[in-house]
Order: sequence, then structure tokens, then C-alpha cells
Amino acid sequence: MAGWIEACGADDVDEEDVIRFDHEGRTFAIYRSPDDEYFATDGLCTHEKIHLADGLVMDDIIECPKHNGRFNYKTGAAKGAPVCVNLKTYPVKVEGGRVMIDVG
Amino acid sequence: MVIVGAGECGIRAALSLRERGHEGSVTLIGAETHLPYERPPLSKDAIAGADEPAPKLIASREMLEERNIVLMSGAEAVALDRQAKSVALSNGAHVPYEKLLLATGAAPRRLPLAEGIEACVYLRTFDDALAIRAHLKRGIRVAVIGGGFIGLELAASARRLGCPVTVVESLPRILARAVPAEIAEAVHAQHVRHAVEIRTGSSIATIEHGPDGVRIGLADGTTVEADLCVIGIGAVPNMSLAEQAALAIENGIAVDAELRTSDPDIFAAGDCCSFVLDLYGGRRVRLEAWRNAQEQGTLAAGNMLGGHEGHTAVPWFWSDQYELGLQIAGLSDEGSQTVRRDTGEGAFILFHLAVDGRLVAASGIGPGNAVARDIRLAEMLIAKRACPPPERLAAPDTKLKALLAA
Ligand SMILES: Cc1cc2nc3c(=O)[nH]c(=O)nc-3n(C[C@H](O)[C@H](O)[C@H](O)COP(=O)(O)OP(=O)(O)OC[C@H]3O[C@@H](n4cnc5c(N)ncnc54)[C@H](O)[C@@H]3O)c2cc1C
Ligand code: FES
Repeated sequence: MAGWIEACGADDVDEEDVIRFDHEGRTFAIYRSPDDEYFATDGLCTHEKIHLADGLVMDDIIECPKHNGRFNYKTGAAKGAPVCVNLKTYPVKVEGGRVMIDVG
Repeated sequence: MVIVGAGECGIRAALSLRERGHEGSVTLIGAETHLPYERPPLSKDAIAGADEPAPKLIASREMLEERNIVLMSGAEAVALDRQAKSVALSNGAHVPYEKLLLATGAAPRRLPLAEGIEACVYLRTFDDALAIRAHLKRGIRVAVIGGGFIGLELAASARRLGCPVTVVESLPRILARAVPAEIAEAVHAQHVRHAVEIRTGSSIATIEHGPDGVRIGLADGTTVEADLCVIGIGAVPNMSLAEQAALAIENGIAVDAELRTSDPDIFAAGDCCSFVLDLYGGRRVRLEAWRNAQEQGTLAAGNMLGGHEGHTAVPWFWSDQYELGLQIAGLSDEGSQTVRRDTGEGAFILFHLAVDGRLVAASGIGPGNAVARDIRLAEMLIAKRACPPPERLAAPDTKLKALLAA
């Protein structure tokens, strides 16, 4: 699969928020942190396959909408029950107002 | 450190003892033979999922070994000697403790009329779920007695498998104890759309088992016939150990805010205990909720190690039925005024405000996880004892996050 792809416009995500991005049968979550940086992770929770984009972003944390499992979306680290498997993260860059992610 | 009950709460406590750096022994005594597993899927995917059902484990054998947590499974604690500080097991062993946690959970309330009838079953354990699943083939008639969460989730799962389902509820509406009427109506309508017959206000007069299955005679003279009858009329806390050891009991094993029983070396947490909620003026409640079991297990571990932290979490519960997700934060019966927020696609949230304008609960329902984020933010507003303006709560374009910052 090609490396860098365009995920969304920089303005499509609010500060301290997340949106869903689907690409070639995979689903990702794109985050904008309170200090205005962008991050990307796998789109589905590692507990049950639930879209994290419906969850709540607080500082560095994305909280799963289903059972409130927590991850640090900058590192992918699982941060609280019931999640124990880390989330995969992807490199992100912003170019000309577009958010690009490296899906590997 | 000894923990009786290897369910959601017990295993969370054991893991937390290690996370908090406890180096002494941790023994987990569990009557079931499985490794600790999650109960919520039992009425959902374990019944209707495509895969061969397997318990969704909370901790693997390796995780327990790595952390040196001794799990005695298939062992029931049958007596508690507070003087000798020791727990007697059904296999004759005695386990001494320094600090003890009772995390014994709850058991289905039994229906006397159904005793001795093989086709009348209950759902609490993975083995119960397996047995129910084995019966549920397309066309098998299912009666669910009790319109509570477990019964209704099971009804939805049985419909997914193509079974005709009748739900019998003695009260005038389903979910009467658990959710506000408007939410219950939305759940009711969804079941009706899926061709479930719901008989509310129907008390049961007789249950008979004949060659054609179970015949349930209702007080109004009509009958419901079924091949399998699942009884979901609530749960009673498992507290025989506590009773026999003369610990204080009050709708469950009574604990203080730090989850200590009337014996300072014995704690209780999860579905088996009743505790006081500072948030609601010290009201004593017993919850049957998964996140509560987790939070209290973790908190009890800290206090067993000498901590003095009180339980402050806002009660929270979810249920899944068909494509609808329901979430509730707080205790809705504390409210005197209700504000409704419609968020599209049929999803809505009811905010419950106390007389003084304080937000005390929020109940939401909608497709998938449509209400999850708002309920989570409402939970944080409840914890802050916030008094958000009702008209802003009602307006779907008001971001609750903004109210939280206010
Ligand atoms: C079918 C079903 C669906 C559910 N769905 C949801 C849901 O959607 N959302 C939600 O919030 N909650 C749900 N719940 C509730 C949630 O699962 C419980 O609140 C939670 O499991 C409570 O954890 P616990 O550890 O206190 O008790 P339990 O999980 O009941 O564990 C207690 C354990 O202790 C063992 N035990 C008891 N007495 C002894 C003894 N004397 N010696 C040794 N072992 C003993 C029992 O065998 C059991 O394994 C559901 C429950 C069920 C049954
Ligand atoms: S699905 Fe994400 S925490 Fe359970």
C-alpha cells in the first residue's frame, strides 16, 4: 500500500477532537490536539471493534465511546480498563492545509 | 490479600493490587471454573454472534502467572472466620487473610413458580449462555419473563437468530426501575418493530410444562407458550458469607465510602455491596453495573493497602439492543425536571435536573454510539455538580464541552 495519503483538510477536525477516515477497507482516526498538532491511529478500539471517532478527546487521551477504554492517541498506549492492547499509530504531516498520513 | 469472587470486580482488584506495587501474596477464589471473563457479552454476542462462543477473558493464564496472582478456580468460599481471619473453601481448604475483599457479585432472582421446570432458565454465567445458545434455533419459541435489561437484550439476540419472542412484564412498562419512560418507550418500539410481542402489566399465575413446551398462564386468563423460558427478574446480591459472619447488611453487604464493611479488615465491592454516594447526599445504593465493578475493584485494592480514598464515580451503565445503544450516567430518579436534546437520526438525550438546577443524570438512546460522547460529557458535568442552563442543554448545537469549561 502506498505510503503518504491525504486524509482530510486541516480544518475538518476541531481542536481537541477526532474524525474518522476510511481508506481502502481500513479505518483510521485523525486527531487534532489542544495545542494544534495532528495525530493518526487505527480507527477501531482494541477491546471490541468500535469506531473511536465517536469517542471523546481530552488532552492526549481518546476515550472509546463504548466502554470508556482510554488510549494516548499520540503514542497509542492503552491507558485504562478495559483496554489492554495498544493502538497502532501513524506518522502525520500537514501540507498546504491538508492532513497527510503515512499508512505504511 | 485474599479476594472472594473472580468476576469483573475481583480480578480488577487483584490486578490493581499488583499495579500498586503490592509484593505479598494475592489469592483469588472463584466458584466458576473459567478464567475471569466479561459478563456483558453473555446476553449479546455470546448468544447471537457468528463465532463459536468463547468467554471474553479479562486476564489470561499468563497474565496471572506473570503477576503471581494465585487463582483458585472451581472453589467456593463457604465460611468466614473473622476471629481466625480465615476463609473456608468447599474443598476443605482454609485460606488465611490479612485483608479480605468480598467481590461475590449477584445471582439471578429465582421465580418460585418456575422451580423444577427444566425449560425455565436463568442467565448469569458463561455456562448459562452456552446452554441458552444451544437451544436457540430458528423457530424455537422463546418467552422472556421480566422486561429488564438482561431479558430484553436476550430477546433482541433471540430475534437475530430467528426465534419468535414474547416478553412478559408484570409492571405497566418495561425497564420501569432502570430508565425514564421516554427511553423505555423507544426501546419498546424497537422491539415491536422487530416483531417481539411485549405483554406489560401481566403477572404470572401458573407455569406448567407439558409435551409441547412451557405454558405460562397470565393473571388475565391468557397463556403464552414457549419452548424455552428465560427468566430475568432481577438479581440478588451474593452475601451468605457476609451474613454468616454477621457483617452489616443493607440491600447488599453494607460498606462505607472507602468500601470497608463493618469489619475494618474486610472490604466488599461490585454487585454484592451497597455503598453511599456523596454526590446524592449520601444516598445508599447498590449498582449492578460493569464499570462500577471495575472502579470499585480498583479502589478497594488501594484501600486494602492502607489507602483512604472514597468512591466518587458517577454511576454509568450501557445496554445494546439491535442497532440501538443506550447509556445512562447518574441516577435519573434524583431529577425533578427533564430537558430533552434531539441529536438527529432518532437519537436523543434526557437531562435530569434537581430542584436547584443541578444536573443529576443523563439518559440517552440512539443508533450505535450516537449518544456516547454527550453522555460522557454529561457525566463530567454531573461529577462537577454543574447547573447548566436547561435551554443550552436542549440545543443540539451547544457543545457540552463548552458547558464543562464554563
Ligand atoms: C448477561 C449479563 C449482561 C450484562 N450486561 C451489562 C451491560 O450491558 N452493561 C453493564 O454496565 N453491565 C452489564 N452487566 C452487569 C455486569 O456484568 C456486572 O455488574 C458485573 O459483572 C459485576 O461484577 P462483580 O465482580 O461484582 O460480580 P460478578 O461478575 O457476578 O462476579 C462474581 C463472581 O464471584 C463468584 N462467587 C460468588 N460467591 C462466591 C463464593 N462464595 N466463593 C467463590 N466465588 C464466589 C461468582 O461465581 C462470580 O464468578 C451484565 C450482566 C449480565 C449477567
Ligand atoms: S470497545 Fe472500546 S473500550 Fe470496549
